[in-house]
Amino acid sequence: MSTWIPLWLHKLGSPPTFYRVAGAVRPWAMGLALLCGAIGLYGGLVLAPADYQQGDAYRIIFIHVPSAWMSMFIYAVMGAAAFVALVWRVKLAEVVAMESAPIGAAFTFITLVTGSLWGKPMWGTWWTWDARLTSELVLLFLYLGVIGLYHAFEDRRQGARAAGFLAIIGIINVPIVHWSVTWWNTLHQGSTVNVFGHSKMPWDMLWPLLMVMLATKAYYAASLCRRARTDLLALESGKDWVRQVAETEAGR
Amino acid sequence: MNALQHFFAMGGYGGYVWTSYAVFFAVLLADNVAPRLRRRRVLRDVRGRLARQDARARRTTSTTP
Repeated sequence: MSTWIPLWLHKLGSPPTFYRVAGAVRPWAMGLALLCGAIGLYGGLVLAPADYQQGDAYRIIFIHVPSAWMSMFIYAVMGAAAFVALVWRVKLAEVVAMESAPIGAAFTFITLVTGSLWGKPMWGTWWTWDARLTSELVLLFLYLGVIGLYHAFEDRRQGARAAGFLAIIGIINVPIVHWSVTWWNTLHQGSTVNVFGHSKMPWDMLWPLLMVMLATKAYYAASLCRRARTDLLALESGKDWVRQVAETEAGR
Repeated sequence: MNALQHFFAMGGYGGYVWTSYAVFFAVLLADNVAPRLRRRRVLRDVRGRLARQDARARRTTSTTP
């Protein structure tokens, strides 16, 4: 690879180093996730006032919207990592892409279920085939497709390449999910929170939402660290550093 | 109705709100447990293979005259 990539990045790409660094990062990320999550949910469930139209039912927003953001964010990370893995054959990028998929699928599933539970009292239906809901369901199927394709191959790295290819193609769906509420007439409401402009939401409701968003980001980092570490152990199970890990953990 | 009951009732939407939160935490908990179990399995396999290799090495050294 070229010289403009700093040395520490090369080192981080080596499995034993990444294993160690991820092990150090993980508890901090998880701690941040729990702290922000607790503060944000307290703010959302207790401190924030009820909505003038939806009453207390709107409080589902504090998990629904952060989960929806994560479902798209994780897909973008997965697609980018899959691209790096396909082009430069970086083993670690493959691991990041393939281990992101289950976390992304989890958040997408949460988004769909909580949306359904919110839709029933507010719209009078659990499900409707409008653009936002349908594209989010397609996102879930893309995640499941990536996971399934990855496990369908005997050779793990071959599976990761095929699944990575699907992940890259599927990126086209991410902007569709995001702008579906503006491009089509949907039952789903438009976006309330605008990162680069004025948000149509009072601060009492906005800060808990942003806090939970931060918590889900930190949670993703923590979960990815744990999953990538485990995957590296499996991938490199014949190597010396994995033996050392196995032997030290047997003593405990 | 006291304050706590009022809180859990969620203005009549308690069923929807709390089910949502339960799903959220249950799914993330499962996401946490799965890699933990996998890690344990992977390390057990590595240790098993190491033990077999050791046993084989000892057998070959003891049979040689």
